[in-house]
Amino acid sequence: MDWDIVIGIETHVQLKTKSKQFSGASIAYGNEPNSQACLVSLAYPGVLPVLNNESVNCAIKLGLAINAKIAPRSIFARKNYFYPDLPKGYQISQMELPIVGPGYLSINANGKNKNIRILRAHLEEDAGKSSHGISQDKTGIDLNRAGTPLLEIVTEPDMSSAEEAVTYAKKLHELVQWIDICDGNMQEGSFRCDVNVSVKKKGTDELGTRREIKNLNSFKFIKQAVDYEVNWQIETLEDGGKIDQATILFNPETGETKAMRSKEEANDYRYFPDPDLLPLLVSQEKIDEIKKSMPKLPDEVQESFQKELGLSEYDASEITANSEVTKYFLALVESKVNPKLSANWILGNLYSRLNEEGIDINKSPIDTKRLAELIKRIEDSTISNNAAKEVFDFIWDKSSVTVDEAIEELGLKQISDSGEIDNLVDEVLKNNQPMVEEYLSGKEKAFNALIGQIMKASKGKANPSQVSELLKQKISK
Amino acid sequence: MLNLSLQSLSSNLEKKTFSSLELSKFYLQRIKHHNPSLNAFITIDEEKSLLMASKADELIAKGKKLPLTGIPIAQKDIFCSQGWTTTCGSKMLENFIAPYDATVIEKFNEVGAVNIGKTNMDEFAMGSSNETSYFGAVKNPWNLDLVPGGSSGGSAAVIAARLAPGATGTDTGGSIRQPASLCGFTGLKPTYGLVSRYGMIAFASSLDQAGPMAISAEDCSLMMNVMTGHDRRDSTSIERDKEDYGSKLNGSIKGLKIGIPKEFFGEGLDSSVQKVIDCAIDEYKKLGAEIIEISLPNNHLAIPVYYVIAPAEASSNLSRYDGVRYGFRTKEYDDLMDMYFKTRQEGFGEEVKRRILIGTYVLSAGYYDAYYLKAQKIRRLISEDFTKVFKKCDVIMGPSAPSVAFKAGEKQEDPLAMYMQDIYTISTNLAGLPAMSIPAGFVNHLPVGLQLIGNYFSEANLLNIAHSFQKNTDWHLQSAKGFE
Repeated sequence: MDWDIVIGIETHVQLKTKSKQFSGASIAYGNEPNSQACLVSLAYPGVLPVLNNESVNCAIKLGLAINAKIAPRSIFARKNYFYPDLPKGYQISQMELPIVGPGYLSINANGKNKNIRILRAHLEEDAGKSSHGISQDKTGIDLNRAGTPLLEIVTEPDMSSAEEAVTYAKKLHELVQWIDICDGNMQEGSFRCDVNVSVKKKGTDELGTRREIKNLNSFKFIKQAVDYEVNWQIETLEDGGKIDQATILFNPETGETKAMRSKEEANDYRYFPDPDLLPLLVSQEKIDEIKKSMPKLPDEVQESFQKELGLSEYDASEITANSEVTKYFLALVESKVNPKLSANWILGNLYSRLNEEGIDINKSPIDTKRLAELIKRIEDSTISNNAAKEVFDFIWDKSSVTVDEAIEELGLKQISDSGEIDNLVDEVLKNNQPMVEEYLSGKEKAFNALIGQIMKASKGKANPSQVSELLKQKISK
Repeated sequence: MLNLSLQSLSSNLEKKTFSSLELSKFYLQRIKHHNPSLNAFITIDEEKSLLMASKADELIAKGKKLPLTGIPIAQKDIFCSQGWTTTCGSKMLENFIAPYDATVIEKFNEVGAVNIGKTNMDEFAMGSSNETSYFGAVKNPWNLDLVPGGSSGGSAAVIAARLAPGATGTDTGGSIRQPASLCGFTGLKPTYGLVSRYGMIAFASSLDQAGPMAISAEDCSLMMNVMTGHDRRDSTSIERDKEDYGSKLNGSIKGLKIGIPKEFFGEGLDSSVQKVIDCAIDEYKKLGAEIIEISLPNNHLAIPVYYVIAPAEASSNLSRYDGVRYGFRTKEYDDLMDMYFKTRQEGFGEEVKRRILIGTYVLSAGYYDAYYLKAQKIRRLISEDFTKVFKKCDVIMGPSAPSVAFKAGEKQEDPLAMYMQDIYTISTNLAGLPAMSIPAGFVNHLPVGLQLIGNYFSEANLLNIAHSFQKNTDWHLQSAKGFE
């Protein structure tokens, strides 16, 4: 039987503010446990929440970036449940009237654009952390994270494969960094996804029962978890079983998903509007002001790269997938080197080397200035493209060596002396008579093979366009 | 020193007739003498109080005296006071020493007032007789067999017995006004948002409001000048220019339009109390006021609405008392759940548990719409009733409580009868309006309070309306036998 996969994602984005959602305590990561637990974080008797305006601005930015409506009036609500790392006994969140939504994010799925609808995005606060196993009979509570500002972004169930889910998550991950509302650090939990998965018989409209995979903090885990879960659900149904709604955890070590608790036993959160906080009012003026301060969005920049700089759709989308890459690219363009060539170099040699060594582009050993010099030497025919690759590898870990020095040292300067090339062409023609005849009998490919032979004989230093011209002249004689 | 107004205490301190140290010692002496029979204080800390008094005397010596500098004020034990045990009347916080000052405390400290002790109260401010306190019931100075009212019963007994010239209270459904009525002094619940709730231990956040309790309206105006003001730490605190609450005192009330709601004089009101109220209103007529009959048609819904909203908020506000970080934790437990259950079972009293249960119930899935949402809708209707009425009159008058003080234990087994104590006060909390109770006479030697309800931010006017009455009567100056 054929099945449709239905996926929706709730992402918890930790906002890049200085202080907590409802208090002045720092949200820095990795400090001594409870060193950032102020009286509000500890929920002392009598303390009150005061909303962090910076996080409101972040939510508005996200709203604008996903073409969403920003609510002129939204409400904070209390979500009540008991847990030691939830000091108030309730989490302040938004329920009925969230600040953002609905909107959409467009992704490229299998070469086609697809809009993933975003139902809503709401502000809330994070809980603290429980550390089990500190000692045999005690659990440690660290409230440094308690009250950290989060924006929860909820999609409609619009994704239909693990790949689409990952593509959406990646796009959103890049977007929140692009608009500078999140540091994107997935290891530290700044970007975590809850993925809702269900399957239904192909062609039917009725959705299956969903299970929610909690807290996935890497794209690889999203892929693995969804794949595993989908297989499990299909197998269960095909074996005549039934899916129960449940919250499940993914175990990266086994690659399996496992039910945490079933929704039937789940808490009744008893949401109600928080009487300690007034309705959050956002004026159109404020939205306009924030809009003005925002950078152009990736999709717009991509379009301008295609239209104005002549990049292919693929290259433009890859370059704009990350704001640091875009910055790097724009620096090359500003140094007046060919944009297409720049894109090729970034997405080709630079990317593979950076990936190999696990370095971020903003920390690339070859900075934009040196890469621009290198590309200029290709453009002015000093070196061939292949020779440039050698230079690239040579200067990678030698920051004191200039591009020109490297070309000199490696002896890669192209031969542009026509006499020398003339001799090379003659020699190759003499030794490859059968190929010449093939060409003359109409086989175009033979021509390229001849060029290859000549380049080889020159050890790559001959100027390919010069070679091509001379060869044409000589054969046709 | 006894029975002097805050104003004259202040000028005596200025003239150095007596020092703050002497004044504070005088009151501490009275407290030592009378508190055992009244149980009005939970914490008395002579050393701390006298240190504050000395500091106040230094300020006075340096000529830096403000109106309340050096004056002893009793603080309801709902306000966190740095270094003081702050219990909120509960076993849950029996040993809780506040690490910070509530805004109200901070403001009294800033002007150099002396914290003369923390007063007893119903547990978490839930009660109308001060019998739910973990630290024992408070007695009414007018008759020790009777209750002082609640929840600010300790502060009420303090003022009635003259154990301090001023005290703070909080009023969620009547907790300043009903005890003011039962103990015969002046109490004001300000407009919601006028006094910061920061550091005031929450009962029902959308209703809680702190206010002054003192002998006279004039005294209350001086305390209001200290207590009010916008506070960034409380998001529901109102941004408003600082006001002098004494500025309108002694203004004429000729032509004042007094609205008398017929719903305040129906069944349930003790007829002798009604007579006292009628006489008080007649007094206002003599002073040139005009009486208008008005109607607050939804007032009968105030109690049911209150007993949905207040417990709902309380059930959530009190979740933080879980034994994890501070306060009471049960001695022996098997696991986390067991610790939660036992801690809350043993740490909270019956009335608090009753309200947590009610609140949890009305917020539960499937009941939320029928109870909580419905109650919020009716709350709006109750507010609208007032808005309409204030187009016709300047002030609303009626009884503060349906009866005089009742016997201790009399209503303890009957929560509903107890809840009826607040039948005339609750609707103003629901609407967020300011209201006062002032002494209006006696029934069988027990005080009766007249309630004055004003429009939003009309405290200065209300105080003048009360002051005009107090200039022409001396009910507020009567003191209980044995405490003169």
